[in-house]
Amino acid sequence: MTTHAVSTKSAKRVVAVDRFLTFIRIFLVTMIVIGLLAFIWQQIDADNVFARWRNPGARGLTGDQFKGLLISGLSQGSMYGLIALGYSMVYGVLGFINFAHGEVFMVGAMTGFIASDKFAANGLWESNFLLCLALIMLMAIFFSTFTAILMERVAYRALRNSPRLIPLITSIGVSFFIQNLVLGLFGPATKSYPRLPEWLADQRSILTFEIAGTRILVLVVAAVSMAGLWYIVERTKTGKAMRAVAEDKEIASLMGIDVNRTIVTTFAVGGAMAGVGGILWGLMFRSVTHMTGFLPGVKAFTAAVVGGIGNLGGAMAGGISLGSAESLAPLLILEPLGVPGVSQLKDAVAFTVLVLVLLFKPTGLFGERLSSEDRA
Amino acid sequence: MSTMTATMPSSALDQDWRRVLRWGLICGGVLIALCLVGMPVELDRRELIERYLSLGYVSVLMIPILIGRIAATQVVLEGVESRKQGLYDLVTGLAVGILGGVSLSVLIVALDSWNLRDPLVNWSPKLFRFLTYENGIGFGLMAWIVTCGLLGMMGAASHVVPAMVRRVSGIVVLSLLGISVLEGAIEDLSEGFRLEWLTDLLYAKKGGLTLTSAILAGAAIAVVAVLTSGRVKALTTSYREKEGADRQKASIILFVVVAVLVIVLPIFLGKIMNELLANVGLFLLLALGLNIVVGLAGLLDLGYVAFFAVGGYTTAVLTSPNSPFFAPEMHFGFALIFVVIFAIVVGLVIGAPVIRMRGDYLAIVTLGFGEIIRLLFLSDWLGPYFGGAQGITNIPGVDLGFATVKGTDPRSVFYLVLFFCAIAIYVSWRLQASRLGRSWMAIREDEQVAETMGINTVNSKLMAFVVGAVMAAFSGAVLAAKVGSIFPTSFMILISIIILVVVIVGGMGNIAGVMVGSFVLIGVLGGPKQPGLLQEFQNFKLLIYGMLLVFMMLKRPEGLVPSARRSRELHQDEFLQDAWLKGDKPGTDDDDGETVGDDGGEEE
Repeated sequence: MTTHAVSTKSAKRVVAVDRFLTFIRIFLVTMIVIGLLAFIWQQIDADNVFARWRNPGARGLTGDQFKGLLISGLSQGSMYGLIALGYSMVYGVLGFINFAHGEVFMVGAMTGFIASDKFAANGLWESNFLLCLALIMLMAIFFSTFTAILMERVAYRALRNSPRLIPLITSIGVSFFIQNLVLGLFGPATKSYPRLPEWLADQRSILTFEIAGTRILVLVVAAVSMAGLWYIVERTKTGKAMRAVAEDKEIASLMGIDVNRTIVTTFAVGGAMAGVGGILWGLMFRSVTHMTGFLPGVKAFTAAVVGGIGNLGGAMAGGISLGSAESLAPLLILEPLGVPGVSQLKDAVAFTVLVLVLLFKPTGLFGERLSSEDRA
Repeated sequence: MSTMTATMPSSALDQDWRRVLRWGLICGGVLIALCLVGMPVELDRRELIERYLSLGYVSVLMIPILIGRIAATQVVLEGVESRKQGLYDLVTGLAVGILGGVSLSVLIVALDSWNLRDPLVNWSPKLFRFLTYENGIGFGLMAWIVTCGLLGMMGAASHVVPAMVRRVSGIVVLSLLGISVLEGAIEDLSEGFRLEWLTDLLYAKKGGLTLTSAILAGAAIAVVAVLTSGRVKALTTSYREKEGADRQKASIILFVVVAVLVIVLPIFLGKIMNELLANVGLFLLLALGLNIVVGLAGLLDLGYVAFFAVGGYTTAVLTSPNSPFFAPEMHFGFALIFVVIFAIVVGLVIGAPVIRMRGDYLAIVTLGFGEIIRLLFLSDWLGPYFGGAQGITNIPGVDLGFATVKGTDPRSVFYLVLFFCAIAIYVSWRLQASRLGRSWMAIREDEQVAETMGINTVNSKLMAFVVGAVMAAFSGAVLAAKVGSIFPTSFMILISIIILVVVIVGGMGNIAGVMVGSFVLIGVLGGPKQPGLLQEFQNFKLLIYGMLLVFMMLKRPEGLVPSARRSRELHQDEFLQDAWLKGDKPGTDDDDGETVGDDGGEEE
């Protein structure tokens, strides 16, 4: 009798939480729908009652503004995607969030700054920009990869079989450590990349889109890196080993795969991608500090979750959708709802996207690819 | 994992040179990194022994000792006869130290020949002068190579010399270091007790021990150490071995002593020390809350600062006359009721969506919530209600009728914090062994099993969130009353992480551990903005926090003062192995870092 009573009681309470969650879901969706509808109405007829309901001053966006936002979202998103690949690969293989991956990205951006600053000082940056770009890219890849590998060797290798939260906490420590080491070595000042040559930074018009050359560069480099990564993972023996280790470490080692080496390779490839991302970040925003890695890192993780963690195509797609959402949603949804100063809420939007995805589709848009034990 | 065999080296020079080289390079790398981060130069201003030794040199000199010691550690395996340590290990230490010294010499030469000031901010003539002791480059090179070699050997010697010598010299060095480093605190304390003559005797006028007082104090400590040898250990083991009623009695005595000390001590302390204690208390309160969420329930909440912010802002809005939108100017006591209500509501709202998530997703999402809340307080949207970046100022102190608790009187703040801490400790202590507490621990270890055993996991987890939230909100409320103003920048993610470090270093899931953690970390190193006893470390404490977190996770995940149950869970493999080797029931003995601590064997 008593056990029966207890179980019905607890079942009721569980329902209460679920009801609350359903309420949150409905509430968020309603807000988004109202915002979007109001936005669309604004576009059609700015004096409409519904369009002016929450935000009387709203005028909507012009086509060019919209395209501009979309492009900036896409290029930022592709950077998130590049970083997200590292999270996704490590999560796929080791089953933990490498919180310090954002710092690997920051090391790349910092290396790029130091090298480009030196090149600019002796004039090479202006006279032979492409060579410099290639060189700083290589250096950033080298140092990011080095950081990632060192991190794995010193901090994570010993923790491979410990409970899931322990490596995560360790990686928080590693992240904190690298941030403050870079702060100590290079000082707290914001570092600015040298000016880009005009032919690169110029706006140009492609298919009626006004794009700055830098953004084109970002998109192209991101696409090329992604293609390279896809080739490595899907077509080479190393990639096959990675996928096997991600599926089951023990059996992979029985099949003659060197698990240690494969894990190091995974970290290295993820680090290289983050290095490329760091350089692109530096070229686009032209400034870097020791804290540069934190927010992009967390957002890139969000991107990995949005796309489905462990899924490489998903990571890239997740990055691009997160970037676009972050740049469009404040103006498309929040502004019509009458929220002032929406551009301040960009970061909040990114985290809300994370919560939304986990509330509606915890496995991400394109599905997770994890070994069965990690999925638990 | 280890390939250690019982083969004995034929002579002291028959070293495993690859291993020596590796440790030597590590030693050199650490030394160079330390110099380039700027630690030695900055700490050089603080004299420990007048004219002979500064904190800066200590920070460099301890590296070869530590690494020499680690490099000479032997992997002791059960069942394999181990080599007797001796000359062989001294040579290892010497070689490692010399390699470290050589790396420093390379740095000195580089400092002399190039100027890399541009990216490396600490590449300065000051560093050069520090490293050469203002005696020219040749002297610098020789001095570092010789000293580092000797120190490395000393570190290795700690394995070789008799245990008694090791213990006494360790105690002497550490307590001399303590006495000289904590000069400010000791002077403050002795002033309170009217013992200025003692500190005048001990310390030089410009700071630092005098050489004679250092030698005398060292000798005195050595005598005490020899006389008490074995007693302290016997006392702690007898405390540990007590069970049932005896143990309880001993615990109560210990508790009463600590409580009386904590209540009486602030009366004798000056303003700065009381301020420091108040900060420790604030963070202890936060850490106790996080201990319930992370330590007991195993939910890694990285956005814990959100609840801190809720407490602070609720108090600010309700009590300050400067609150921009709604200013009822309540009394602090009334405001507390609303603080609790809002903390519970926010705890539920943040808790509900994340409760079903995987542990690591939960961490990131709560981190997101922590940021969202800060960004909202900062935004123009909620600016009219919470003051945006300007924050809310002019928050009154707590009017108790007979006294007012204000930031200008840190002693009163400390007693207020103490009151809340006492409640929090009592609540945590009662909860730990309660039905709820046990269900938290069950969930922490295995959620599915816990659910199968009939625990309502959703409810228990939500309760953990709520209890933690209320404690953090109390801390936020006291912070608001103490500082008198609240800004969004007071609630950075950094705080969440520092509290996490406090809980983990102290010992997850153990109240005493959390107390030790906040005293050691916040008291000695300092909080995110609050200076600790070692104010010189201001610029390096975050670096040290990061390092500590990694180190603790790798070597001692159960923390400084482990909770017995938690440490059994973390070292399950070792316990089972011990039991298997000894052929009896699972051992009670904990490894001491002496027998592990080497990863040299796994590279193959």
